[in-house]
Amino acid sequence: MSNTPSENRVRFGVPENSMVFARGVRKSYGQLEVLKGVDIDVPTGSVACIIGPSGSGKSTFLRCINHLEKLTGGILLVDGAFVGYDLRDDRLYEVKDDELCQRRAEIGMLFQSFNLFSHMTVMENLIEAPIHVRRMPAEQAKAEALELLARVGLSEKVDRYPRELSGGQQQRVAIARAMAMKPKVLLFDEPTSALDPELVGEVLQVMRDLAEAGMTMVVVTHEIGFAREIGDQLIFMDGGVIVEQGDPREMIANPQSPRTREFLSKVL
Amino acid sequence: MSKVDASETRPQPSSLVADVDRLVVVPRRNYGIWIGTALTLVLSFFILRAFAVNPAFGWETAAGYLFHPSIMRGLLNTLILTVVIMALAIIIGTVVAVMRVSPSPVLRGFAGAYVWFFRGVPALIQLIFWFNLALLVREFSLTLPFVGEVFSIRTNDFMTPFFSAVVALSLCEAGYMAEIIRAGIKSVPSGQSEAASALGMPYRNILKRIVLPQAMRFVVPPTGNEAINLLKMTSLVTFIAVDDLFYSAQSIYARTFETIPLLIVVAFWYLAVVSIMSVGQHFLERHFGRSETRTDSWALRVVRNAIGSRAKEFSA
Repeated sequence: MSNTPSENRVRFGVPENSMVFARGVRKSYGQLEVLKGVDIDVPTGSVACIIGPSGSGKSTFLRCINHLEKLTGGILLVDGAFVGYDLRDDRLYEVKDDELCQRRAEIGMLFQSFNLFSHMTVMENLIEAPIHVRRMPAEQAKAEALELLARVGLSEKVDRYPRELSGGQQQRVAIARAMAMKPKVLLFDEPTSALDPELVGEVLQVMRDLAEAGMTMVVVTHEIGFAREIGDQLIFMDGGVIVEQGDPREMIANPQSPRTREFLSKVL
Repeated sequence: MSKVDASETRPQPSSLVADVDRLVVVPRRNYGIWIGTALTLVLSFFILRAFAVNPAFGWETAAGYLFHPSIMRGLLNTLILTVVIMALAIIIGTVVAVMRVSPSPVLRGFAGAYVWFFRGVPALIQLIFWFNLALLVREFSLTLPFVGEVFSIRTNDFMTPFFSAVVALSLCEAGYMAEIIRAGIKSVPSGQSEAASALGMPYRNILKRIVLPQAMRFVVPPTGNEAINLLKMTSLVTFIAVDDLFYSAQSIYARTFETIPLLIVVAFWYLAVVSIMSVGQHFLERHFGRSETRTDSWALRVVRNAIGSRAKEFSA
């Protein structure tokens, strides 16, 4: 049996504390190559922010991490292990659907359009996956859901339907729903882009709390201020490659690449 | 100097309001509607008179047959056929619809061919085809190696008229239901199943717990229409001698030659059942619509629209 973190660490030179490890990640849709070799290291407990113009491949990269998209080249390990494959005898065997689901359940994902299940109440949204994927007893799932709702400040909305909530509240419920699976890492795909400006702050506050609690996060965002304040590293992508990466404060204050400078001057 | 002149020639505001209040409004005359109304009234009179004075309608005879035992038995059979066929069509249609949205091109192709065939061939021809299945397949048998023949049954022994009617019309109706359910599945935003995938839910669970329940809202109203269509379509089974409402009437007027009165009886019962079903459909739709309207207030819709348009701006 292979694909254990310790073996992969030796074989691919994965650092000891690595949560997301990408080397030469490529992704094509037919003739169109969206990712042209992306290398990223996200240490456990850190926050990586990815910025870049539309079509730069940043969302696609995020969806590769939890195997919503299959790579066409390179390797991508989460907590030292492949998500969609088992490595045996130098071959990557695609894992069965149920196994993939179990591994995916450890990687939380948040979307620009929240994607709360619209036919379920807030509580039902939060306990659906813990009960049916994790086989958690309903009572325990409900108790944990209430705790999480308190954490995102929405305890009184427990029996509401998503459409009765504001966008900011929906995104906070979505964060609680992802946290209910006790993920190792959270992926955010432009979590505040669909929000009215005055609702952005409440979502960023919840994300700030998570970062302070030590959650590993990969955040695709247009909120440069958030990246500067919370990010441990900033990654600027354009045209399917990483143009520049480094410490957010240094990079924003003094971008090295002219392309980065041009992009930052537009969004700042 | 000129300023003073202008203010003197302009009428005072108070007198202007008084002037407007004195004006009389003359409604527009819409002669077209008057003529149309008159013609419709005349036409209605002639139609009603034709129904009333023509003795060949035989209203009294019709009334006498309304609750005739064999008419009642026929009505019951028609209702049973409708319920059984509709239930089977929903089950088969759901399976076909799920196949049509499956990732496998073979399943998609098979389901597409199913819909193409069963929607394309007239129901009456399918009905007679299944009734005559024995001409194609004489008997069904299962023979296992080492065990020998497990069972064998002659086609004619189980392809009774009623059974052929159920098989033929279920398969046919399932073609329509599959399209309705597929449209319902497509109406669920892809973000819903994406979020479920990201939470680690397997495909079958996503379908059962996330997609199909949300598709239901879109599926219910056209399914009501299909049920009404099906009720009337079951009158086709008369051709293979199933004892339905129309067949019962036919067998009476074949003896008594009271054709028109019995057709009136049949029409009356179909209309009655369709009316009841329409009322039921209305309440069903209101029930499903209520959960939407109760929670989806006007103000929230405005907010969501605003968010939606902002999202488009960002992606553009």
